[in-house]
Amino acid sequence: MGNVIGIGASPKRKEDQRFLTGRGSYVSDIKRPGMTAGAFVRSPHGHAKLRGIDKSAALAAPGVIAVLTGDDVADDGLGSLPCGWGITDAKGVPMKEPPFPMLAQDKVRFVGDMVAFVIAETPEQANAAAELLNVDYEVLPSVVGVLEAVRPGAPQLFDDVPNNICCDWELGDKAAVEAAFRKAAHVAKLSLVNNRLIGNPMEPRAAIAEYEPGTDRFTLWTTSQFPHVVRFLMGALVLNIPQHKLRVVAPDVGGGFGVKQFHYGEEAVITWAAKRVMRPIKWVASRSEGYVSDRHGRDHVTEAELALDETGKFLAFRVKTLANMGGYLSTFGPNIPTNLYGPLLGGVYTTPAIYCNVKVVFTNTVPVDAYRGAGRPEATFVLERIVDVAASEMGIDRVEIRRRNMIPKEAYPYQTPVLVQYDSGDPVGCLDGALVAADAKNFGIRKSESARKGKFRGLGYSTYVEACGLAPSRFAGRLGARGGLYESATVRVHPTGQVTVMIGTHNHGQGHETTFAQIVSEKLGVSFENVDIVFGDTDRVQFGMGTYGSRSLVVGGAALSKATDKVVAKGKKIAAHLLEAAEVDIQFEAGKFSVAGTDRMKTFEEIAGAAYVPHDYPLEVLEPGLEEQAYYDPVNFTYPGGCHIAEVEVDPETGTVTLVNYTAVDDVGTVINPMIVEGQLHGGIVQGVGQALFENAVYDEGSGQLLSGSLMDYCMPRADHLPMMKVETHSTLCTHTPMGVKGCGEVGTIGSPAAVINAVVDALSHLGVTHVDMPATPNRIWRLLQNASLPVAAE
Amino acid sequence: MKPFAYHQPTQIPDAAKLLTSIEDSKLVAGGMTLIPTLKQRLASPVALIDLSRLGSLKGITDDGATITIGAMTPHAVVAGSKLVQARIPGLAALASMIGDPAVRSRGTIGGSVANNDPAADYPAGVLGLGATIVTSTREIAADKFFLGLFETALEPGEIITAIRFPLPLKAGYAKFKAPASRYALVGVFVAKFADGVRVAVTGAGAGVFRVPPMEAALSQHFDPSAIAAIKIDTDGLTSDIHAEADYRAHLVTVMAKRAVDAALS
Repeated sequence: MGNVIGIGASPKRKEDQRFLTGRGSYVSDIKRPGMTAGAFVRSPHGHAKLRGIDKSAALAAPGVIAVLTGDDVADDGLGSLPCGWGITDAKGVPMKEPPFPMLAQDKVRFVGDMVAFVIAETPEQANAAAELLNVDYEVLPSVVGVLEAVRPGAPQLFDDVPNNICCDWELGDKAAVEAAFRKAAHVAKLSLVNNRLIGNPMEPRAAIAEYEPGTDRFTLWTTSQFPHVVRFLMGALVLNIPQHKLRVVAPDVGGGFGVKQFHYGEEAVITWAAKRVMRPIKWVASRSEGYVSDRHGRDHVTEAELALDETGKFLAFRVKTLANMGGYLSTFGPNIPTNLYGPLLGGVYTTPAIYCNVKVVFTNTVPVDAYRGAGRPEATFVLERIVDVAASEMGIDRVEIRRRNMIPKEAYPYQTPVLVQYDSGDPVGCLDGALVAADAKNFGIRKSESARKGKFRGLGYSTYVEACGLAPSRFAGRLGARGGLYESATVRVHPTGQVTVMIGTHNHGQGHETTFAQIVSEKLGVSFENVDIVFGDTDRVQFGMGTYGSRSLVVGGAALSKATDKVVAKGKKIAAHLLEAAEVDIQFEAGKFSVAGTDRMKTFEEIAGAAYVPHDYPLEVLEPGLEEQAYYDPVNFTYPGGCHIAEVEVDPETGTVTLVNYTAVDDVGTVINPMIVEGQLHGGIVQGVGQALFENAVYDEGSGQLLSGSLMDYCMPRADHLPMMKVETHSTLCTHTPMGVKGCGEVGTIGSPAAVINAVVDALSHLGVTHVDMPATPNRIWRLLQNASLPVAAE
Repeated sequence: MKPFAYHQPTQIPDAAKLLTSIEDSKLVAGGMTLIPTLKQRLASPVALIDLSRLGSLKGITDDGATITIGAMTPHAVVAGSKLVQARIPGLAALASMIGDPAVRSRGTIGGSVANNDPAADYPAGVLGLGATIVTSTREIAADKFFLGLFETALEPGEIITAIRFPLPLKAGYAKFKAPASRYALVGVFVAKFADGVRVAVTGAGAGVFRVPPMEAALSQHFDPSAIAAIKIDTDGLTSDIHAEADYRAHLVTVMAKRAVDAALS
């Protein structure tokens, strides 16, 4: 049976062999015969009318092959970039869905909006020619903030979208919430901003497109988290290329975090252009280009109110949010601040009535879409912040008020008032575990030590629950999804017993090649080394919806589990024939098919061999070969949850916040590879800490210029910003996924912003500080301390 | 990056001649600022004149009264120099705080001083220590060298060959790093000499500047308490998305105190 490395083991990651030795194959590593280079001309203005484009100087530049603009797109009758979700307002009126042309046609609506595509022999020539393109802009005033965008008289992005409001969405029983507020003993209120973020995957986006006239086929290599979805959206809805004539390959991809889970205009333009010039074209974004074209995340302005009775029990929760969509609707854009936000406002609490209203707003900024966590960190931040505000105002301990409102373990499955039904969980267990791991009871001692050094120390708690494992298709369809959200896997057993898995998820850092191999190794009893995972190529993989929303293990792993079950079932039929036994008497365990109660057996390899050399085989009733496929559509979301505790130290002299301790206790269901789960938690927490303390996308109101458009001005979290983290799991098993898994890709990002900010507020609470907006930069903290009239320079 | 010619002279006069004879040519030392600028196509010199073959520009020498650092000496060498650590530990500390290890291995003192970035560290050390900038044609006192935002007293064709530092009794540098770039949001270099104290500030304004009231107070009493109450006027200080002018002014006082602390420790 060889070297089985199964569920619960932590082998080193298979994929790291090539990544760590520089042998990965990324899009920008690929070279095609006769390949040309493309460069996009992007709008330098936040908002402008396109009066005309003069191509002559660019076309005359050395090496230039073609210059394509929105007029050429229109001439070819191509479609608009599609939005994958259609939401409706309270009256059932569909969202406003203006076209998103792949190259701007009448107007540009954000700095970075694509105006033209220049193709030349070399990248240098393409870039040089792009600078020569003469675009006549009539500059219009820009509006970048949501509050400004909905004001009367604000610049209007689209003639038929009054007040820039795409959709006025709501969820929950408004009347029940109002009734609960009327009888509340206390109402806590909080206004907050959820800061705009830029994902910054290590590898910038890139694409190569090629058209083969001999077969009339297109191939697009792209940095994508979901190549099959790109094939569908681009082929069927934008370029009118039949699916069988379009191959999309997403090879090794250097990080995604959501940024690469959309169908981008660049992909459509380069594929279309490759046929126009009859040469392969490569485009690789610079980091600067990424800042103004990669979809951004978050960007909410919110007012929240929590109604409580005299004991601190939550009676009702009301949230009103303005969510920034940017200049156009991106692939999942309107889904993120609505369906992935409102249904999470229950958190781990028994709040009986919840109402959420979200105005989804267009502005002259890069389109906003999913970024790790996507809606759920925003929901958690509102809820966990206002719980602290309420506790403080009512004089109830922050842990105690959470405990009083938590859903008890016995109450699962638990139906929330906002659509979702949690299948499993143990919030109290996570909280108790985190309190111990964080040594919360001795916090006072540490606070005193900090005070002796002139520092303010704070402890912050955040519980959370997330809906992940996206998603049950029928449920999602009712919410406005325009596609399915299942996953597929093929298990191909070779005649010699090795296994190749073709799976529709995409590995870009998550460790799928290892985790999925462990599942196969365990379930089929084959060596871990004898399992390879294939993904990211529509010609090699049957179908798939890709990787996002913590879905790969939950949905893809379930499909894989089902497919291995089918392999075993067929193997039993073959074994029954070879062992001359009834199929019901065949057992499969540890890589051996045996007849129950006897020592007669066949190894997995023998069965595979028989399937492919069917000399002694039940050909009348069974096909040769050993390859099975399964599709899995989940019956519900999964609901990982947990408790995070952050501990910070604030230097009142400079306003610097230092994260000194971080503890996470998470319920992610069954853990396949503990090392990988720990890594996912670390990464997720760091991204949440980044939002809380460092990262901020800042636009200039009026001009629409991105002021934080480089790594010099957009602060990414770094190793020296972070303490060693304590990460533990406290798992309850998901009741509806085949292996009990819940997903772990986003939990770190969801729990951490609120934990960190609650710690900062705690550190400053003695000065009357009740809220700190993110990121809690030194300047911002110093300003708060100034306003608190603190004698900071106390020496 | 746009195409350019590339020259690697081995003699200073040859380098100076290339620089004056080729219009739109630029010197490249470590390239830590210039190369990113070229990559972003924000500059397009016709020719680059690489100073790395000029062996005479590297190294650190001690004549008893001064320390002279060759213009092409990388920051990591200054930071790790036993000589600098012994004679002007504050300067070694400053060099160790520049950028990251890659930048410190490539970036040079001459390049940093010639570029005069308003948030670079070396200008604070050079002005704070009252150093002398030695060029291919003359010597320039630090007080006359830094002329504001990316401007210096260098003439066309003039090449920095070394920086000569007098030895202070005590010196220290404190830097509040800009969170993203790790340039100085505010950096303060304090140096005590027999005849007085010099205080130089980088990062806060359009160029490095001295703070006479702090110098006077520290000359009387070289202790952080002497300057704790000295407030900096916000006029001329920078406001940007990372820090407003009044915060920078506040940080000047805080970092000056910490620089004195560092000098005393």
